[in-house]
Amino acid sequence: MATHTLDITKDHCPMTFVKTKLKLAQMAQGDVLEVLLTDGEPLNNVPRSAAEQGYKVLGVEHVEGDVHKVTIQK
Amino acid sequence: MQKKLSLIAFSGDFDKLTAVFTLATGAAAVGYEVNIFFTFWGLDAIKQKRGRSFVGGNWLTRMFGFMMGGLSAAPNSRFNFCGLGPRIFRHLMRKTHVATLEELVDAANALGVNLYACEMAMHVLGLERKHFVHEVKDVLGVATFLQISEGGQTLFI
Repeated sequence: MATHTLDITKDHCPMTFVKTKLKLAQMAQGDVLEVLLTDGEPLNNVPRSAAEQGYKVLGVEHVEGDVHKVTIQK
Repeated sequence: MQKKLSLIAFSGDFDKLTAVFTLATGAAAVGYEVNIFFTFWGLDAIKQKRGRSFVGGNWLTRMFGFMMGGLSAAPNSRFNFCGLGPRIFRHLMRKTHVATLEELVDAANALGVNLYACEMAMHVLGLERKHFVHEVKDVLGVATFLQISEGGQTLFI
């Protein structure tokens, strides 16, 4: 079980979702993805849409400033 | 049942195509089935040749084909400034880390967005399947598009 990271703090809609989705698609079942993202639309919707698509959201934690880390398991 | 978004891409304008591919990639990334039906000027977005080229069945449609161009020749609906407008937008998009139209098209293909071409508009403009990118799934008429889009949301851009 590998852990992958993805930084989408500089991206905007829709690439925040697109990059997360494409990264999750490349990963093996059981792998974990740590996504660094910012407040607002990405923080509100990346974990929600991942959960809706059947991925397991393991946690959301504040890193610093407006940056958060969302941990998703495939 | 999977949620569904179907878009009718009528416009060949740079800004409106950006809206089409932003909605398409965003929806596909959050788990929607996405269908785009390209008709009339929208067909420019799926031409194999992204610049200007004389594609068409006769001299008139070949002239049309050249004037319309492909994806990279798409004009702005406002502030086109003889083609300078889209260049300025592309520059601003790169500078602000917003995906450009070409990046959105690539993302749509990677996400498996379904691309369809309108049979009637192709006939009028002298375009054939061979003129389009290979990602185009099929050539359709209205009845088949209605069947494909049934049960989801449909937008005309």
